[in-house]
Amino acid sequence: MLELQSINKNFEGRSVLADVNLTVPKGATHALIGSSGSGKTTLLRITLGLIPFDKGYVKINDQALLSFTPVEWADRIGYVPQDGGLFPHISAKSNIALIARLRGWRKSRIDDRVEELRKLVDLDPEILTHFPREMSGGQKQRVAIMRAAMMDPAVMLLDEPMAALDPLIRRSLQQELKSIFQRLGKTVLLVTHDLGEAVYLAEQITLLHEGRVVQAGSYRDLLLQPANPFVSQFINAQRTLPDAEALQ
Amino acid sequence: MKRASIAAIVLGSLASGAACAADSIVIGGKIFTESYILGEMAAQTIEASSQVPVTRKLGMGSTGILFEGLKSGAIDLYPDYTGTLAEAILKRPELKSLDAIRQALSDMGLTISGSLGFNDTYALAVKEEFAERHGLRSIGDLIPIEATVRAAFSYEFMDRKDGYPGLIDSYHLGFNPQKINRMEHTLSFQAIEQNAVDLIDVYSTDAKIKKLNLRLLKDDHNYFPVYQAVWVARKSFVEKHPREWQALLGLEGKISEQTMLDMNAQADIQKIAFGKIAAQFLGAAAPAAHGWLHEVARRTKEHLWLVGVSLLFSVLVGIPLGVTAVRYHAAGQAILLSSAVVQTVPSLALLCFLIPVFGVGTKPALAALCLYSLLPVVLNTFTGIRAVNPIHLENARAFGLNRRQVLFRVVLPLASPTLLAGIKTATIVSIGTATLAALVGAGGYGAPIVSGLSLNDVPTILTGAVPAALMALVAHGIFEVLGILLIPAGLRRRP
Repeated sequence: MLELQSINKNFEGRSVLADVNLTVPKGATHALIGSSGSGKTTLLRITLGLIPFDKGYVKINDQALLSFTPVEWADRIGYVPQDGGLFPHISAKSNIALIARLRGWRKSRIDDRVEELRKLVDLDPEILTHFPREMSGGQKQRVAIMRAAMMDPAVMLLDEPMAALDPLIRRSLQQELKSIFQRLGKTVLLVTHDLGEAVYLAEQITLLHEGRVVQAGSYRDLLLQPANPFVSQFINAQRTLPDAEALQ
Repeated sequence: MKRASIAAIVLGSLASGAACAADSIVIGGKIFTESYILGEMAAQTIEASSQVPVTRKLGMGSTGILFEGLKSGAIDLYPDYTGTLAEAILKRPELKSLDAIRQALSDMGLTISGSLGFNDTYALAVKEEFAERHGLRSIGDLIPIEATVRAAFSYEFMDRKDGYPGLIDSYHLGFNPQKINRMEHTLSFQAIEQNAVDLIDVYSTDAKIKKLNLRLLKDDHNYFPVYQAVWVARKSFVEKHPREWQALLGLEGKISEQTMLDMNAQADIQKIAFGKIAAQFLGAAAPAAHGWLHEVARRTKEHLWLVGVSLLFSVLVGIPLGVTAVRYHAAGQAILLSSAVVQTVPSLALLCFLIPVFGVGTKPALAALCLYSLLPVVLNTFTGIRAVNPIHLENARAFGLNRRQVLFRVVLPLASPTLLAGIKTATIVSIGTATLAALVGAGGYGAPIVSGLSLNDVPTILTGAVPAALMALVAHGIFEVLGILLIPAGLRRRP
């Protein structure tokens, strides 16, 4: 379980996050959504332990972020950066195994774990020897997920997982991702600005605006019982294409 | 382990280099023909009378460099002239007699021999036909053409009080400053030969006076001081090696002006080796001439040592400095600025600054090369690291890499192409700059270049210049291979 409670963050005297609460139950997939400048990236960096915050706490399975060293925290939270964020100078396999190697895992243990994850994300074994520049967007995404899952973290955190992909690949990868999440059985928080993606992948959504949680709940809640006019506005803004009726 | 063994090798070689210098008699010499011949003469005289090995550091940059070398004990003796000693070293031009000069040098722990027998003073020279056209016999005859005459004077002549500035005062000459060129002494002969200039300064025993059919202008005012050739030595050398010093004193009064001029001509015109000319004069067998291959091998060893050590330094110091410059902004600016400033100091000037600290020989040359090769490495480390996408750094931290791991696993590998390019630049620059090391007696490919330059002897110059160029080419090839070995495969261009 991932728990963010009363998170406050000020930057240069300005409130960036105010009283943010967000809870993802064990095994659930949750989407944090908001437009750019909403504070979602700051919240993501706080959750990763990269920047300090002024008030509140972050907990994974009831253990607070501040009681861990950065290394210990990093092993509890698997991070998939935007576009996969693979290191360009090393192969897919080396990207996946990097942390385990630094932690002193034996080679056989690393190989077994990589193979296990490879099957789970259904990656062509040949891709493991490729460098990031030789991989497609979808392959990079899968390798990045393998890397994040390598140390068997309790929580997976994905930043805009589909942003850089073209729409057709996006659709098929979304389905793929959904089943990967199910197979992994992890607690997942994904950060996105795309409502469609959030609705498709996550059961629960938290909508962030100007550093505050505007509404949290299912898509159905947001659509049918908007907490305020901004929620409806946000939902409507994302339905960009006119329907057939409107065209006639 | 690896680092410890590299350090051991470096220290070991430095120690062995120092030990080698301590046991031999080191003879210096300046960068012109006569000084090479006299230096050879001194070396062979000692070799004939003694078992102590002799090290020749001939062809060093200037009087100042030799004098510093003498004071610091890096050289034991060299040939010089009374006028130079009084003017340039003692700064007491009023001292004329050998005794007065010897007395004054004594306080510095130095001494001189009696005159070797000839006076090699400054003189002004013009081409014979130019002299005829303008009716030039003496320096005073230049006054009618003072505004139009084009001159090339050596740096030392221009700057010495008993050179150009005093000459102008003594004869009330009003040369047009636009037409006075400062240049390397040997090049001024070329300039007058090709009629690029009309007037040059010469030493009165210079063989090229004869070769180029130049007329020496009479010094009616007796302005130029007397330049008796003498041996200048450390007193400690004289005390430690009295027999060898006596042997050198045996040459007093033995070399007439005509003899010296002839010997200079043998070197400059007939291209006879300095060692051979000296041996002929001493009535001895010429020292076994080593083939050019042996010479090149020896110079290669010296050059590689200079380049290798300075490169090792620039890598071991430059990369950490570059990393520091990225991490701390203010320190970074200071580091980058100061290494850039060092780069703007002309190499010869830098060498001169370093001599009081390091003496002469390999040490100041290494220090200068280390400083010069620093900037490319520091700058490229800095630029390479700054160019790493910050997203990779943040991601690395999110994955739990500590600072060290971020640096060695992510930052340096990603910056490695730029970093390696910096080290390559440093290497190539170092190979080129190391040729100047000869001017402080550090040898290397610069030694044949410098002596060839003073003889205006292209083949000799090439025995230094060609291997230096080849070394640069080999270095280029080595870095291509290093690129394959060191740059992570993911960053390399696809074959």
